[in-house]
Amino acid sequence: MNNAALYARRRRANLVGLTLSMSAMAIGLTALLWILFVLFSNGFAALEPSLFTQDTPAPGSEGGGLRNAIVGSLMIVGLAVLVSTPVGILAGIYLTEYGDTSKTAEFTRFVTDIMLSAPSIVLGLFVYAIAVATVGNFSGYAGSLALSLIAIPVVMRTTENMLRLVPGSLREAAFALGAPRWKVATMVTLRAARSGVITGLLLAVARISGETAPLLFTALNNQFYSTNMEAPMANLPVVIFQFAMSPYENWINLAWGGALLITLAVLALNIIARVYFRDKTQR
Amino acid sequence: MTTTTTLTPSGLKNAIEIRDLDFYYGTFKGLKSINLDIAEHKVTAFIGPSGCGKSTLLRTLNRMYSLYPGQRAEGEIRLYGQNILDAKQDLNLLRAQVGMVFQKPTPFPMSIYDNIAFGVKLYENLSRSEMDDRVEWALTKAAIWNEVKDKLGQSGLSLSGGQQQRLCIARSVAVKPKVILLDEPTSALDPISTAKVEELVNELKSDYTVAIVTHNMQQAARVSDFTAYMYLGELIEFGQTEQIFMKPARQETEDYITGRFG
Repeated sequence: MNNAALYARRRRANLVGLTLSMSAMAIGLTALLWILFVLFSNGFAALEPSLFTQDTPAPGSEGGGLRNAIVGSLMIVGLAVLVSTPVGILAGIYLTEYGDTSKTAEFTRFVTDIMLSAPSIVLGLFVYAIAVATVGNFSGYAGSLALSLIAIPVVMRTTENMLRLVPGSLREAAFALGAPRWKVATMVTLRAARSGVITGLLLAVARISGETAPLLFTALNNQFYSTNMEAPMANLPVVIFQFAMSPYENWINLAWGGALLITLAVLALNIIARVYFRDKTQR
Repeated sequence: MTTTTTLTPSGLKNAIEIRDLDFYYGTFKGLKSINLDIAEHKVTAFIGPSGCGKSTLLRTLNRMYSLYPGQRAEGEIRLYGQNILDAKQDLNLLRAQVGMVFQKPTPFPMSIYDNIAFGVKLYENLSRSEMDDRVEWALTKAAIWNEVKDKLGQSGLSLSGGQQQRLCIARSVAVKPKVILLDEPTSALDPISTAKVEELVNELKSDYTVAIVTHNMQQAARVSDFTAYMYLGELIEFGQTEQIFMKPARQETEDYITGRFG
């Protein structure tokens, strides 16, 4: 085969490959933009001050907002983050700096993988069994616990991956000064991987702030404003779930508003995570 | 191959005495019965082709290898008479006495000031002003004080490669070790930075015992008092640098130094 023919054949192959990958991208992007478009067109009207100042309305009543659900979601997710951040980061440190190739570490990684892929409804059911059925009532604490179980493996895995990216020479340099292992891990390695670990945290927050299934069994819902975490608590995902399937028009509107709110929050977190990470790595 | 005899430099005190040292990477024998003395307040250079064991030897002197399971050393390494290969040796205390600077600059992800203070804080409890003095002292020792004195709060990563390496030397010096190990400290640096580091090595030996691994034979000739030529895990020849370079006793050494090494 001469060169011209070879070149033409490669151009054709390139065109086919390019077309296939471009159309695949178009399909994915269309779905995403469609979702965003529907969300914005339906939810934008609901984005008014009353959404943040009024509580979820009773059946049949007019207007209303999502104040109790927003506060409830912030509290449940906030507590879940407070619990899962130290546990996840410390476990990640254990896996890279201490356990490494030991049996315990291998087993922990295996369990983490299972936890990462476990359906969230299973985790919700588990927490229902240990923290709701035994106590006798649904509670915000149970909701936080369920969300922590989802967040911990995410934080753990990202922390581990980010710590692995820290060059061994940096660890050796710290050891060479006579630093004990825990100081090397916390002052040097974790610091070097800081931006990646924070990105992982933000992504975990984004992940759990939209989870509905585990909250259905645990925090349930509350029609009224409540900051008592020992009692059932309103939260955005469950409110969206209930309101979207209701016959009342104002409820459906609020569901769209809540959905848009969560999406915007998650989008903001993702953007913050990316911008933060880019800044740090370019330096 | 023939076993090497120990050459004790006459009239000098030894900081480190290595006796019958064998080193294993798993089952692979990386060092074969090394016997060598490192004289106090002198610069001892280790030269030899890649993989000859010179870095391995250096990493036994602060037991850096102990970080990795499967690596072990047998024999004796005496630091001022104390066998550091002893199982009871506290590794952190040993490393505080035997500092190390690596091939690539490894500044910690913190300010220039904290890079120096990090090691000092591990073993000394200094007041703020004492720490300020120590940081200035160490940076001056490493001939970098004038370049960084106005930006001590900036990240150590913001410095150039050559400055980073001198910062790392300052960091080692700051904890006042007895011995400083330099593992190809200039191989990632440009010629001007290299010259600065070499000058620095010359000055360091008045206070410290220095052991340097280098790929650059001219560098060994310029900075060291004693030179060890290693090949395939064995110490082929060891002696005063002048003697090694001017009239080596062994043919292998001469072949390597003159570039006829095949």
